[in-house]
Amino acid sequence: MGALLSFRDVWVEYGDLIVIERLSLDIEEGAFVSVIGPSGAGKSSFLRLVLGQDAPSRGSITLDGVDLKPECEPDRGVVFQRYSVFPHLTALGNTMFGIECAKAPFVAKLFGGGRREAIAQAEEMLEAVGLGQSKDLYPSQMSGGMQQRLAIAQALITRPRILLLDEPFGALDPGIRSDMHELITRLWRDYGLTIVMVTHDIEEAFGLGNRVLTLDKWRLDPHAPHRFGATVVYDLALGRKDKKPSLKSEPEADDASIERTVSNTIDMNSNN
Amino acid sequence: MRWINRRISRSTALLMGATPIVVLLIVYLIIATDRNAINPNEKILPLPGAMFDVMRALVFERDPLSGRYLFWSDTAASLGRLGIGVAISTASALCVGLLLGLLPPVRATFGMLVTGIAVIPPIALLPVLFIVFGLGETAKVALIVIGIAPFMVRDIAGHIGALPREQIVKAQTLGASTWQLMLRVALPQSMPRLIQATRLSLGPAWVFLISAEAIASDIGLGYRIFLVRRYLAMDVIIPYVIWIAILAAVIDFVLVLTSKRLFGWAHRET
Repeated sequence: MGALLSFRDVWVEYGDLIVIERLSLDIEEGAFVSVIGPSGAGKSSFLRLVLGQDAPSRGSITLDGVDLKPECEPDRGVVFQRYSVFPHLTALGNTMFGIECAKAPFVAKLFGGGRREAIAQAEEMLEAVGLGQSKDLYPSQMSGGMQQRLAIAQALITRPRILLLDEPFGALDPGIRSDMHELITRLWRDYGLTIVMVTHDIEEAFGLGNRVLTLDKWRLDPHAPHRFGATVVYDLALGRKDKKPSLKSEPEADDASIERTVSNTIDMNSNN
Repeated sequence: MRWINRRISRSTALLMGATPIVVLLIVYLIIATDRNAINPNEKILPLPGAMFDVMRALVFERDPLSGRYLFWSDTAASLGRLGIGVAISTASALCVGLLLGLLPPVRATFGMLVTGIAVIPPIALLPVLFIVFGLGETAKVALIVIGIAPFMVRDIAGHIGALPREQIVKAQTLGASTWQLMLRVALPQSMPRLIQATRLSLGPAWVFLISAEAIASDIGLGYRIFLVRRYLAMDVIIPYVIWIAILAAVIDFVLVLTSKRLFGWAHRET
């Protein structure tokens, strides 16, 4: 399996400030990559690169072997921590938005048969994220967890090549959060998604992903902290794609497998 | 209990709201009765009876000179000017505000110009408008537009500019083009704000309308008030002012209702 998304010696610099440097990375199709790292270590910049909000100042990023345009495109779906859904549309309207943009370039709204078809697809997607009963609600009538479910449904309707999650569960209660973990794992498996998730919850990163990237500055100069950018300092493959997600039930097993892979991958990649 | 925590029931609130109005009316009546008792030709504080008599003539009888029902033709002329002025302002606020708020190149090009126009006191431009458009309807409508449109444009542009970046990015990842984003994301979300801006602008719009009518006009609510001022005709001025207040309140109420009906999503608590 070839790499879906490739970074080749990518740098992100703003004048003197180096945010990301020497980032080389391949993400395979079907991977669930968690990205962790301390604040200010380029997690957001990394996500902005993949999204196309920012262009690298050096190096190249390719998706399916084609250079990434510095613009958001429908081949990369995204779910943010907040403000991911449109407040003026119902759950159904939010979910249909992607289909309508693709099929009706001028009015971005479908009518008649096309609309019925889009509604059917959207309802199916809402059902998949557990919002089948709430399709006529507006986001302001939904809880935080429901809004995130909706944001996921909305992103998945266009069948993106990569789904980007930016601390998607950070604002949720612990109980709701574990429901969402189950949901995203199920969707990942059922739809064969490729997911890149930025999080600051280490437990979540290891519990959900089958690969964990740690971004951090590779060297810290106290006199010029801005002169060294972040790069991947740990790249851990968690070989347990077919295991159930188990945040709470088998912590020891998880820890063991993590430790084993840590020692392996660090040596293999010699990133640090 | 602290005053900030006091809860007022609906009926009590109504009663409390009516109290100062009733008190003011009573005070007015007492003073007016007093003055009328001393001077039968009292002009400054007319009694309700006198006001009714004068207004009856204006409302129900044709003016012998022009053959018009003055009160209604004044109202129609003023509301017409106000309506056209506010409509033009609202439409331009929507179009220009959307473009300014959403598209960085447009903002960079026209942002300073709009701000510049917005800080000019509109009344200072009234002579220019009279010179350019003459003393007809156009100048009055133009004064209203120049008076309120820049504020509304900036309000809408600011609101659209403050939409969460996440939403704009999300729409693009769902395949939306600039045009689709404007049509389906920015436009609907600016509508409730537009109604809000219109409500706030109506106050200044009335000010500009009445100023324009006072200076150069031959019909209109403002014209009438300033005309009869020469005769100290408070018995016309007071009912006219009350009528303007009622019109303004009704328009405001209709706008609130429209916003709630059409854009319920914007009025719900999160």
